[in-house]
Amino acid sequence: MTDKKEATLDLRGVMCPINFVKTKLKLEMMEAGEVLEVVLDSGDPIQNVPKSIKEEGHKIIEVKKEGDYFRIRVQKG
Amino acid sequence: MTDHFIEDKTHKVVVNLEGSAEKVDFNDLKSGGFIKQRQKDMFTVRLRCPGGRLATEKLLEISKIAHKYSKKGVVHFSFRQSLEILYVDYKEFNAIVAELEKIGQKVASCGPRVRVPTACGGCEYNPNGLTDTQGMARMVDEKFFGTPTPHKFKTSFSGCPIDCARTKEMDFGFQGVVDPTWEEPSCTGCTICSEACKEDAIVSDADTGKPIFDPMKCIYCGDCIRACPTEAWKPKRYGHIVRIGGKHGRHPMEAIEVCNFLSDEKVPDAIQKTIEWYNANGKRGERIGNAIKRVGLKNYLDFMRPVFGDGIKA
Repeated sequence: MTDKKEATLDLRGVMCPINFVKTKLKLEMMEAGEVLEVVLDSGDPIQNVPKSIKEEGHKIIEVKKEGDYFRIRVQKG
Repeated sequence: MTDHFIEDKTHKVVVNLEGSAEKVDFNDLKSGGFIKQRQKDMFTVRLRCPGGRLATEKLLEISKIAHKYSKKGVVHFSFRQSLEILYVDYKEFNAIVAELEKIGQKVASCGPRVRVPTACGGCEYNPNGLTDTQGMARMVDEKFFGTPTPHKFKTSFSGCPIDCARTKEMDFGFQGVVDPTWEEPSCTGCTICSEACKEDAIVSDADTGKPIFDPMKCIYCGDCIRACPTEAWKPKRYGHIVRIGGKHGRHPMEAIEVCNFLSDEKVPDAIQKTIEWYNANGKRGERIGNAIKRVGLKNYLDFMRPVFGDGIKA
């Protein structure tokens, strides 16, 4: 997996719950343990998407705030 | 089974096998959940569906009965989550009740007594849910349904502060809460909790990103706990905010918060004792909110102190 570039989903401007559904669909195509980077707007998206990801059994391993958006790394559970 | 139906194509006639005329006590009707309609001989039969939840198997059977007895073939979802069969001829009451009983479906009530409790989905399947509102509604229905009170007594259970079950408008309402607690070692300073908190009760430290918590602003919804990626925010305890004296109707009143973090186990005691106070202090036809206004909140709180304990609101 080390030679593979980490997948990224830029979900800036994407509304709830479409942003979560897109994240979920992407994660479903990945193997357990693989990491997906997701970019989310502040406000509703960052309030809702991380908790939904957690509820689905995935792990958020890193959160970085960059201006008015967030870059989070999700490990598939 | 003492009676059955004879179909004569135009209308159904109730026949008693012993030969005496069918008797319907109209005084019992309202307490039994039979509500008179505008139309001659037509009544609405209100079913008892605590928390608005029904097993699909039972719903199928109810549908058949409703289809058979509703002269217009319609049901209505009541404002308190129960199913009402419309256009039922009062002469068929005994028959419809017998058929409902056979499938284990009880009829609801109206009038001055404890009503069927309402509830949201609760923690079983709603992501925001903090308490087992459905379990609580079932408990109240089993233990207290139909208990006589000076006027109607409506209870409801909301699983979180969004309060879909409108506990602020109930005679006695219970709303789920969780007390969040933060453990520094597992916190990475990611600031998601301060973003997730809709009440501005959490602000992230400008340097470390770690949370600065203002308990005065917290409404105990648990958004921080659910959002935290590292479980640094944890639930310390769950419970109910207890509200009393709310009502809607012609002269709506907002309920008063009387207790915080009441445990599940103490909910039956709280209801038991509140009914006791209401029956001792309320006048006939007076809602509990008005009784409290007249007698004084202090009187009620003093009476409830053994149940509410430390959670009591001064």
